[in-house]
This record gives sequence, C-alpha cells and structure tokens, in this order.
Amino acid sequence: MYALLAWTWTRAAAQYPVSMLLLSLATAVVGALDAVGIMLLFAHTPRIAGFTAAEVLFLYGTSALAFGISDILLGGAERLGQHVREGTLDALLVRPVSPLVQIATEDFSPRRFGKLLPAALVLGLALPRLDAPWTAGRVAMVPLMVACGTVIFAGLWVLAASLQFVLVDSHGATKSLTYGGAFLTQYPLTLFARDFVRGVTFAVPLAFVNWQPSLYVLDRPDPLGLPDAARFAAPAVAAVVCAVAAVAWRTGLRHYRSTGS
Amino acid sequence: MGVFPWVTWFAFRRHTAYPLGSAAEALTNTVFGFIRASVLIGLWRARPHLGGYDQADAVTFCFLTQALIGPVQIFGGMELTQRIRSGDVAIDLYRPAGLQGWWLADDLGRAAGSLALRGGPPMVAGALVFPFHWPGPGGLAAFAAALALGVLVSFGLRYLMALAVFWLHDDRGLNAVALVMSLFFSGMIVPLVAFPGTLGTVARALPWAAQIQVPADVFLGKHSGAGLAGALAFQAMWAAALIGAGHLLTRAARRRLVIHGG
Repeated sequence: MYALLAWTWTRAAAQYPVSMLLLSLATAVVGALDAVGIMLLFAHTPRIAGFTAAEVLFLYGTSALAFGISDILLGGAERLGQHVREGTLDALLVRPVSPLVQIATEDFSPRRFGKLLPAALVLGLALPRLDAPWTAGRVAMVPLMVACGTVIFAGLWVLAASLQFVLVDSHGATKSLTYGGAFLTQYPLTLFARDFVRGVTFAVPLAFVNWQPSLYVLDRPDPLGLPDAARFAAPAVAAVVCAVAAVAWRTGLRHYRSTGS
Repeated sequence: MGVFPWVTWFAFRRHTAYPLGSAAEALTNTVFGFIRASVLIGLWRARPHLGGYDQADAVTFCFLTQALIGPVQIFGGMELTQRIRSGDVAIDLYRPAGLQGWWLADDLGRAAGSLALRGGPPMVAGALVFPFHWPGPGGLAAFAAALALGVLVSFGLRYLMALAVFWLHDDRGLNAVALVMSLFFSGMIVPLVAFPGTLGTVARALPWAAQIQVPADVFLGKHSGAGLAGALAFQAMWAAALIGAGHLLTRAARRRLVIHGG
C-alpha cells in the first residue's frame, strides 16, 4: 500500500519534469552544503577534536545517508500538526489505510532522493581514505550502521509527529530532534560537552546512529568510557526507539479528538 | 500619517499572534546554536584568532546568527509568492498604494515581530553557558542600524525572487537555488571570516554578507570609525540596488500581469 501511494504521488510530481529535476538537484546541493562546511573547517587545520577530515566526512556520510533514507520513508509525518489544525486528519482516518502511511506518502516526490546523492558520494570518497584497521567485521559494520541509523531516525520522525497530537504547535521545537539530530551526528561527539554527550547517548539515543559504531570501525576509545558492547548496541537501540515510537503514535491516535465541537 | 505604518503595525501584530509557535522555533534555533557553537569552538581551539575572531567572538557570532534567522528570514520565502501564483496579487495591485512599498512595510512588521519573539532566547542561552562578547551602548546603536539595513537587503532579495514568479509561475526551483546561496554566502554554515582566500573576498562582497556577516561584525565591534561607516555604506548600497531593481521589476510585472477570468 505504501508503495502504491508513493508511486501515485511520484507520478503527480512527474507532471512537471523540469521543476522535479531542478528540485532534486537543488535538494542535493543543499545537502552537500554541510559537507562543504566541514571541508571549509578542515581547510584551516588537519584535525578537529582529534578527528581528521576523512573521519568527519565518514560520519557525515553515514549520518546523512541514514537521515536521507528515513526522510524519504517517514519525513512527511512532520506535517501531522498541520493536519490536526486544519481538520484534514479526519479525512485520513476514514480511509481504510493506516493514517501513518497516508501522511508519510503524502506529497512523496523523487526530489527527496536528491539528499542521498551527496551523502553516498561523500561516503564513497571518505571510506578509502580512512586509516581504519579493516576486518570483515568492520566492513560489515558500515552498511549495518546506516541501516540502524535509518531505523533510529525513522522512530524519531514518528515520535516527533506523535508529540504533535498533544502539542499542535510543537513542530518548531521537534525539529531540534529530527533535523538537529541529523546535524549533530555529522560531527564527532568529542566536540561536545560531556553531559551533552551523555544526553544524546542515554536520553535521545542519537549516539547510536553512527557515533558508537564508528568508534568500532575507526578503533577509537570512547570518551564516555562505555563498555565495548555499546558499539554493537545500535540494532537493540533501534528496536527500542521504534517500540517507544509505536506506543506514542498509538496513544496519540487513540486520544485524538477532532477540532471543533 | 500614511497607510504604510499601519501595514507594519498589523504585520507585527499578526507575527506575534502565536507566541507558543515562535517559542518552539526559538528553542530549535537555540539547540542548533549549541551544536554549531561546539563545532566552532573545536575549530578555534585548533586555530585561535582565525580570521581575527577569538573564541568568544566565534561563539557570539554563532548564537547571534541563530537569533537573526527569523528577522532576516535567511531560509527565504515571502507570502507575496503565493498571492502571485493564486492571482490574489491583483487585489494588491488594485490598492491605492505601491506594491513594493506595501510589502516592504509588511516585511518590516514581520521582522520586528520575529526579533521580539525569537531574537532573545538563543542569545540569553548562549551567554549563560559560554563566554560572550557584548557591545557597549554605542555598538548596540550601530548594530541596530546594521540589522535594519540587513532586513532591507533581505527584503530586496526575497522581493525579486517573489516577482520572478510572474514569469516562472513556479517558485520552488528558484527558491531552492536562493536558499543555497543565502545559507552559504551569509555565513550561516561557516563564518565568512573563515572562508579561505579568494572565496572569502568574493563572499564578503555579495549581498548575502550584508544580511548576517556585517551586522554580526558590527555587534562584535570589529568595525570602528571610518570602517563602521564603510560597512554600513556597503549594506546601504546593496539595499538601494536591490530595492531599486525591485522597483523596475514591479513596473515590468504590472505590464506582464494577465488576470484570468472576468
């Protein structure tokens, strides 16, 4: 059903081919700006917070790839507040398809794939430049961390959307969680204050998107001194995030009362 | 008193009508401020005094630019665009007041409202956590002038983008290009003082520098005397050039407009 709705919206977007192409291209360039920013920082110094350009670009690539895929799949959910405010959520509820699928596929457009282009490109360029002790386990960890990161971000999208059932105006704030999380994970967490790192490890588990797995791939010590098992905890963390998001979404939907009297 | 002050006043009221939504935006601006500040501190630890900034300057720059996202509307966009697409602009053109003047008045009200609700939180939060650089009363006055000119430049750019819809009919492609230019060349991604070589020289001469980088430099007291006058003149020149171009384009657009239907 998801695929059918996504395909319908894609065909709608393809009615304006030039606009679609330009938008995909522009989305790719906006995504690449963060990578350009990182390279500008490294134009001045070979290392920032103990990490080289290739290592930070590796973090950027894995984070942006995971976030990009999750954005394609579920990014549309952030418009839930708008639907609640305008009363259009009621129309979604009477249709025999999950409202989450309907919201996520709404306005689905191939332009969102533009975000993946710079992410994949940078990751492809950064990987051979890494000074990592490559073993089979480390090679396998790279696709695994992108997959787990995608699932964690997907859970965060749904969690942020669920919050809008209660706080209709909260979209401006939940962007900190989604877009802020995507921005944060592009950089090594050694840059940030220790309490902040604890927060994004234990409260909002952004550290498991790519930071903890990267410590394993790059063979670095953990600044928080967590046990080695934490480096392989991403799949479990992803499962927990999704479970919490699912409960939050169901609770929100059950307590939803339409606007008006 | 003409109609324009009233337009500004009502735009201000409209943009301060939802304080909770603005507070939510301010919170996100603040969170991004902390992330960006930590990254910049990392760079300035490796390279103290880069581009004439010390670490406190870099942190202040970061939170100040986060506070200015709303007033300068760095992500672009203008309500006028939708009105041109839908044809409502015909009503605007029917009014006995100039189109550009009307929307400039509206935008000044929007900027003031946004500054009132979204300007404070990032600055206060940043100053509480990091060493900060505050200007004296004279510097604050100069900053107010620089900020006002920055808003004018921002309006000039966005108004041109909006009027382009008369010819293009779809604004999204153009808006996306404008967003790239404005994010990168305003200093939002990396401060323009940290741009290397020629790229830095070019970036500092473009109108986007007049929106964020110049007001921030004035706030940090990087200009004094003739330098300050030069910086404000640079902004004023871009504001005049862009608003002048907008004026000419408005005249061309009037001839271009075809109202469909009755």
